[in-house]
Amino acid sequence: MTENDHRQRRLGRIRVARATESAVRFGITASGWAAIAILTAIAVFLTYNAWQALASPQAGFLKMISGTEWYPLSNPPKFGFLPYVIATLRVTGVALAVAVPLGLAAAVFISEFANRRVKGIARSVVEFMAAVPSVVYGLLGVYVVGPFVKDIFRMPSALSALSAGLVLSLMALPTIIAISEDAMHAVPKDLRYGSLALGNTRWQTAYKVVVPAASSGVFASVMLGMGRAIGETMVVLMVAGNSMETTWSLATSARPLTSVIAGEMGEVVQGGLHYSALFVVGLTLFVITFLINLAADMVLERQRQRWRR
Amino acid sequence: MKMRKALALGVVSALTLGTLGLTGCGAKDTGSSTSGGSGELTGALTVAGSDTMVNMAQAWAETFMTANPGVQISVKGGGSGTGIAALINGTIDIADASREMKPEELAQLSTATKTAVARDGIAVVVNAANSVEDISLGDLGKIYRGEITNWKDVGGADAPIVLVSRDSSSGTYEYFKEAVVGKDKEFAKSAKLLASTQAIVDEVKANPNAIGYIGVGYESSDIKVVKVDGVASSVATVLDGTYELSRDLYVYTAKAPEGLAKAYIDWIVSADGQAIVKDQGFVPLP
Repeated sequence: MTENDHRQRRLGRIRVARATESAVRFGITASGWAAIAILTAIAVFLTYNAWQALASPQAGFLKMISGTEWYPLSNPPKFGFLPYVIATLRVTGVALAVAVPLGLAAAVFISEFANRRVKGIARSVVEFMAAVPSVVYGLLGVYVVGPFVKDIFRMPSALSALSAGLVLSLMALPTIIAISEDAMHAVPKDLRYGSLALGNTRWQTAYKVVVPAASSGVFASVMLGMGRAIGETMVVLMVAGNSMETTWSLATSARPLTSVIAGEMGEVVQGGLHYSALFVVGLTLFVITFLINLAADMVLERQRQRWRR
Repeated sequence: MKMRKALALGVVSALTLGTLGLTGCGAKDTGSSTSGGSGELTGALTVAGSDTMVNMAQAWAETFMTANPGVQISVKGGGSGTGIAALINGTIDIADASREMKPEELAQLSTATKTAVARDGIAVVVNAANSVEDISLGDLGKIYRGEITNWKDVGGADAPIVLVSRDSSSGTYEYFKEAVVGKDKEFAKSAKLLASTQAIVDEVKANPNAIGYIGVGYESSDIKVVKVDGVASSVATVLDGTYELSRDLYVYTAKAPEGLAKAYIDWIVSADGQAIVKDQGFVPLP
């Protein structure tokens, strides 16, 4: 092997490395842009199909968002979906009111107080809960949770916002637990040892030191859980009762926005006003979810700034 | 060594892209109907629509497929409205409908052909523990429009009425709206719009104050059927018209039936198909 051969070989390796790097960088950049492109395409698709209803004199966004009557098949058709927006807020509210405290408590337990074996079992159970299909939760809601809630709270029907909200909380729970627990796990041990050394008990360390330190991750988990509850379709279609009343009551049935789309999309003819009105509902859902994620990002960014100091 | 890595990466990406590309081109099979030479039927049909008829449609399909092994029929529910919309969109061959097509729908598919395949009665059902035996048609309309809200106003206990209904994709909903609620009136806002007849049966069974409406084929011993204007729903009263909430069940095709679709529909209205209608609890054609 001459000196020249060695140099040639080294140059060859460098050339291959550089070519691979360009190719991989291109691939990664393309994937990143593709994700943004797909999201934009979805937004455009929704707006394009919703446009007919938004621009129509019979519908129109302000009329739809303030109207309390959704009679798409009547003459003249009415497209007010305010009761459905309130229904989404009701079931999501119940879901979070139950899932957030329960989820945080479970995450604190798994992260701070459980021994290694219990921690392993609990983590697997939580992951399993997250993998159960939503229609199974729906069956659970119709045959177990609904009748139970009806008997305990003496409600007129098993199909109500409360029953649906409770089942949704079961679905949001694994998300909240898993991500909060990860966030707490990432808190450095030194913080815990310092707190214990200064005389705090383990519980005081947990709520005074660990949870505040993990607060950005906990907040992100709640946002993701909320997103899951807002977007859930099958459970609310089966359990929430689907009535059109504009009310904040939890004992009454509810028809969240997802249920409206799922229930009626099959029967509309493409290109009609009813079809377009359903796209307006879909666009509303998209915007709500987008705004929640945006708000979550802004809070997280502010948290990150604070910790950087 | 680096060349082998680059090669491996290249093969993996090519396979991934290839798989994604293949999933993109799925053949849209809207059903082909052919009839091979010697009376042996072959081909495929897609049927969708009425939830009231879905069990009966499934029974028809299974019996027909057993008798004609070369035929494939797939049956789906979704409601009459869904079936008709799919027929208009051209994605299915036969739509089951428990109502007639509306003028707006006929305007989109003027060659749609209707064939009556059975008769049906709409049974009004209440919980087994409910003491009410008979409701007049007028009172039933008032109940479903929300004008009567307590069972004591129709002879029952002092309890609020829980209204259970199908949702707007259902032919049963449309028929009930025309026949009971009133063509230009609406259901009460508190009416629960459930997705299937079975969901109505489940709620009425579990809720002592619920009232619902179902096709007679879904009557069961867990719930109580109420008489309408003194007449109980049965095969006899639906056939001779004394039961007021009687209607025809139809199948629609995009144009006059031909080939396999024609053979299938002819079989449905024949004695074999009508025997299945009777088995399922519906009323055979007179």
